[in-house]
Formats: sequence, structure tokens, C-alpha cells
Amino acid sequence: MKKDYSGTINKNTAKPSYFRNCLVAFIVGGTIGVFGQGLSDLYIYLFNMARNDANSLMLVTIILLTALATGFGVFDSFGQFSGAGAFVPITGFANSMTSAALEGRSEGVTLGIGASMFKLAGSVIVFGVVSAYILGAIRFLFFQS
Amino acid sequence: MIYLNAFIVAGLICVIGQLLVDIFKLTPGHITSWFVVLGAILDSFDLYDNLIRFAGAGALVPITSFGHSLLHGALAKAEEVGFIGIGMGMFSLTASGITATIIFAFLVAIIFKPRG
Repeated sequence: MKKDYSGTINKNTAKPSYFRNCLVAFIVGGTIGVFGQGLSDLYIYLFNMARNDANSLMLVTIILLTALATGFGVFDSFGQFSGAGAFVPITGFANSMTSAALEGRSEGVTLGIGASMFKLAGSVIVFGVVSAYILGAIRFLFFQS
Repeated sequence: MIYLNAFIVAGLICVIGQLLVDIFKLTPGHITSWFVVLGAILDSFDLYDNLIRFAGAGALVPITSFGHSLLHGALAKAEEVGFIGIGMGMFSLTASGITATIIFAFLVAIIFKPRG
């Protein structure tokens, strides 16, 4: 009975369209990359900034746009449509924090917004810090040139 | 030319993420977490800097650059002050992005009402 059930499920679930999904992810992700490069060049041209500062400001700009798009409720459909093209760039990180904060709003500012903001994005920071600490320690102790 | 490189590199990183979603049924949370680790690993062999020189924002915008920036800041500070610098410099390059995300997420959550 159980086997029948999973057999029926497998037969009836739509196979993901690999090609369509990858193409959309490629185009959306690539466009965000080009947009970032354009912003960075624009900031260098307008404000005479160093490349590193312009890149930081470029990331902040993309984060701001994502937070606003999440607030207006348009990011969800964009994310649904573009899959990894939307969640692999920094847009996904900003969206996960903004949407977690928005959802927590009903529980109040402290326990809702404050406590649940890192509910989804927390794992990215934890994994990043743990791996960077281990790799940094190995490199510093054994491969210091 | 850097615009074409940016498009291709950012696009390909997203395609890898999409394949992991479709084939291995991983959630976005798993993929972004492991991509950050991947970025840190690539940076510990100094490979990620070459990718940034090649593709500019195409390598900076994907979440892999978060791991790279964490390790980069940590190592830069460690060279200055020794082992304790790994902790001191960890967030030095990513601070502006994390601060911005917290501020904007907070303001948006205060101002907007959740939908859907």
C-alpha cells in the first residue's frame, strides 16, 4: 500500500523542466551580475570612489532594492519565477531577512521582528563564520608565508 | 568585456544552484549555506580573487562572495595582529552588507504590512 502510494506520487508529480529552470536562472542571475557591475562603474564615475568602496555601495543598493521589493510584495513572484537566479545572489539573503522580519511583525517588535529576522539567513552567517574560522586558522598556522 | 564575464559567471553560479534544487531537491537554505562554505574554500586557495578580477560584480553578487569576504577580512587582520585577528577581522569586509540588510529589513518590517 505504501509502495503503491509513492509509486503513484512519482508518476503524477510533474517532472521539473531542467532546461527551462536553468535557462531562467542563468539569465536572471547573469542580469543581476551585470546590473551590479554597471552600478559599481556608475558609482566610480559619479563619486570618484575606489573600486572596493563602490562594490560595497553596489551591494548595499541591491540589498535596499530587494528589501523594498519584498515590502511591496513583488519579490515573491519574481523569486517563484526565477528560482536559483533570485536566491543565489545577495538578493536571496536580503529577501530572507526582510520576509522573516515582516512575518514576525505580528508578534511584536522585539520578539517578532528582532528575534525572527535571522531565522532563515542565520544559517548562512553561521556556516560562513565557522568555515572561514577553520580555514583561516589552518591557513594562518600552517601556510603563513 | 567585464560585463559579458559578469553575466556568464553570475549566471553559471545560479545554474549550479538551480541544478542542485532540481536534481537533489535541496532547499534554498541548504544551497546558500553550502555556497558560502564553497566561497570560503575557494578563497583559502586564493582562487576567488582571480574570479573577481575576471568577472567583477559577477563574482561579488552571488552569495559565494560572502564566504570569500569573511575569510579575506579574517586573514588580513590576522596578518596584522596574529591569531586573534581571525576573530577581529571576520566581519570587517561584510559589515556594510550585514548592517544594511538589518537596517533595511527592520525599516521595511516596521513600515510595510506582510502580504500573502
